[in-house]
Amino acid sequence: MKSTKYVVTSQDSDVLPSDIALRIYELGRDINVKETCFGVIIDGEEEDISATVEDLRKMDETNIFIKDRGFSPGDPRRCRGHRGGGARPGFYMMEHESEILPLISRGLASEARGEDPPSGVETKRRPTLEDLEAMINEEFS
Amino acid sequence: MVKVMVYPPTSMILADLVERKGHEALVVSKEVRKKVDTPGLDSPPLNMTTEDPKKGLKYAAVDVPSGVRGRMALLGPMIEEAEAAIVIKGDDCTLGCTGCARTNELARFLLKTKRIPLLELEYPEDEVEAKRFVFKIREFLEGLS
Repeated sequence: MKSTKYVVTSQDSDVLPSDIALRIYELGRDINVKETCFGVIIDGEEEDISATVEDLRKMDETNIFIKDRGFSPGDPRRCRGHRGGGARPGFYMMEHESEILPLISRGLASEARGEDPPSGVETKRRPTLEDLEAMINEEFS
Repeated sequence: MVKVMVYPPTSMILADLVERKGHEALVVSKEVRKKVDTPGLDSPPLNMTTEDPKKGLKYAAVDVPSGVRGRMALLGPMIEEAEAAIVIKGDDCTLGCTGCARTNELARFLLKTKRIPLLELEYPEDEVEAKRFVFKIREFLEGLS
């Protein structure tokens, strides 16, 4: 059975999509590779893809993230070239998660070093709409 | 290996963390793949067939919008298959095809009432939270096997 996966690199990573593509060519498996700005899309038989995924993770354990994709690269139902441009469906989720990837990478790196998560440390949260409203009322009323 | 449903079902972060620990992540793209690969079931540009909203009737009433039933036709079988679940709280993270609030409510409700091991989290906003996020998921997944 065919399988397609996204290989996405975190912003903290030194690995470029072209490095991943080269590594896949070196492995010599029968896999289609499409380079993108966020990583690569790989498409091939399920066994080849799972073996390749294991090899790719070793390039940068904490900064490479892998996700399944329903459609093959270039499928006319998803390919922007066939649909007249615009973001493809699914891009927004990936864009949202890409912003968090460096944080997750640091979490994974800390886990790999065997560190426990810091307890009792306050986290920095963005103010909510209600907080902002209260701040504005306090400042301007 | 345990089948772990991740919610949002398109989440790359959750699916990746689950598969790193050797479990199977149930994600919507695998369900879509089955449709894409089945000959004769689909014709471009559609990936839902007229049969799908009918399948969704098992989970939502007929007067519920067809969008909810169509989504449930994909998500429902995944929820039935799930042996554990990791769910992100809040709707800020449900974007694109998962941006249907009613479907999200129903899917989260079905996962909660299924009585399977369930981990509810929020996406991290800083490094400390991210460390706790990864730690909690690792602890949860290790407890499953």
